[in-house]
Amino acid sequence: MKELRLMKGNEAIAEAAIRVGVDGYFGYPITPQSEVLEYLMLQKPEERTGMVVLQAESEVAAINMLYGGAGAGKMVMTSSSSPGISLKQEGITYMAGAELPGLILNVVRGGPGLGTIQPAQSDYFQAVKGGGHGDYRLIVLAPNSVQEMYDFVETGFDLAFKYRTPVMVLSDGAIGQMMEKVEVGEQKKRLTDAEVKERCPWATTGKDANRERNIITSLDLDPHQQEVFNHKLQAKYKEIEKNEVVLEEIQTEDAEYLFVAYGTSSRICQKSVQLARAKGLKVGLLRPITLFPFPTERLKELGKQVKGILSVEMSAGQMIEDIKLAVECNVPVEHFGRMGGIIPSPEEVVEALEQKLK
Amino acid sequence: MAENVINKDIVKEENLVYKKTDLLTDKPLSYCPGCGHGTAHRLVMEVIEELNAQDKTVGVAPVGCSVLAYEFMDIDMQQAAHGRAPALATALKRLNPENYIFTYQGDGDLAAIGTAETIHACNRGENITIIFVNNGIYGMTGGQMAPTTLPGMKSSTSPYGREVHSMGAPMKITELIAELPGTYYVTRQAVHTPAAARKAKKALKKAFENQKLKKGLSFVEIVSNCNSGWKMTPVQANQWMVDNMFPFYPLGDIKVPEE
Repeated sequence: MKELRLMKGNEAIAEAAIRVGVDGYFGYPITPQSEVLEYLMLQKPEERTGMVVLQAESEVAAINMLYGGAGAGKMVMTSSSSPGISLKQEGITYMAGAELPGLILNVVRGGPGLGTIQPAQSDYFQAVKGGGHGDYRLIVLAPNSVQEMYDFVETGFDLAFKYRTPVMVLSDGAIGQMMEKVEVGEQKKRLTDAEVKERCPWATTGKDANRERNIITSLDLDPHQQEVFNHKLQAKYKEIEKNEVVLEEIQTEDAEYLFVAYGTSSRICQKSVQLARAKGLKVGLLRPITLFPFPTERLKELGKQVKGILSVEMSAGQMIEDIKLAVECNVPVEHFGRMGGIIPSPEEVVEALEQKLK
Repeated sequence: MAENVINKDIVKEENLVYKKTDLLTDKPLSYCPGCGHGTAHRLVMEVIEELNAQDKTVGVAPVGCSVLAYEFMDIDMQQAAHGRAPALATALKRLNPENYIFTYQGDGDLAAIGTAETIHACNRGENITIIFVNNGIYGMTGGQMAPTTLPGMKSSTSPYGREVHSMGAPMKITELIAELPGTYYVTRQAVHTPAAARKAKKALKKAFENQKLKKGLSFVEIVSNCNSGWKMTPVQANQWMVDNMFPFYPLGDIKVPEE
């Protein structure tokens, strides 16, 4: 029997955390994502599953709590919005460097600085190119519905533990705040201590006589060893690029023009495809669901099929750089976007296509 | 690397009265000769051994001279970003409440960059032990001024001495956190003499045993020396510590649980 709920994106991700069996959530209030922490506190997950929920003193503390919990092999997550995610970058790079799994939700708002509380997609570079210092990547999932906010908790943790890497859900203020129908899954049990030890033999669960001590660190003062480790990380990212690309295509079979958009922009573009086709323009949409790894191969193929590509982003144009790299100059690529918390209309997008590419 | 070998012809086993705890690894300490960290490490590990808690203890190393503490302590450990150890420890304890969790931090780590994490972990009354080694200087980065550097004390970033008017007064963070309702036991110790080390060990043991009571955070400051950073011999440094650090940072219990 399906269980359907009407929920905000922020509430859906919180409910998913409880139902998937997350061990700990550490957060700090910031608009437009405070409902995640509020919902969790209201739900008393301590009683429902034994899940720990804590309001930290800062985003910096929250992400470092994630590091501690992840180092113990626990399923831990945090959420924030752009300015708070900037503060979390310290902990995120340490987690990448110590190869720790964890889930980080960014409900993006307009920037730079304190910016606005309205939805934006201007944190793409920060999310997919690293964000903190050092050579590392995050797996980045981009939901475009409340259902995907729910579903990507489990997907995200599966990937995080499979690759021992932090995973980011890159959402935005619209996805976080809007209400939609959500099918929620069954309540799963949290892992037992024995199951944690089995899944994470590297975790700091307490050194018993059967093993050497476990150390969670990102430090190696020997540059040669550090380089060996860096190669290991890069090999992991290559593996992720090979295995984990997820995308959605809408009417690309006969497309002569292509929109590329993720998250809220991709929802706008679904309508823009209809409007354009009504005008006789054969337009399709490619929606990257994973932003890292990026759907480079498929874009390269489509680049040979279409006459032009419009990257539609609520930013000054960030993902467009990855699209250009993917199509290797085989086709014109243009950007259309609104900034500062403005969501473009489907009509604007079609107009931009006509002006820039036709 | 020197091997830990006892020449049994010279030292008969039945005459041995002291043994390095097995919870310290055989790796030679990276600390300067004369530094208090080695003694402090030993005391912490002896306490965990006496509590028979090797399999239940997770330590958090800071950034600073003791960043490599996990090389010397034969227990599961995590290495934290600068100042964030209490945040890691918070999650470690809440997610595994039956574990003994401690942080081992220096003054720059705990009382400057990590002030927020320190104060809030103390205020929430996390059931952890914080071990705070205060030598009034940033040792690892080469002797810069710390939040605990004494007035007039010279360092590489206060080369004419700490001038309180412009650089601020040294922070007595231990007295500060003792004011918070979340702290259960707060004490200041030293390890420069055998008598002081014995007292410090008692304090450390209490601080770990308190975790079982779940009544709040236990905080053990160890006032120590940094002969390299202070540009003194080890003997001079210890004397200088007694003459100058102890009057400003008086040893003894600051907050003791009511019996």
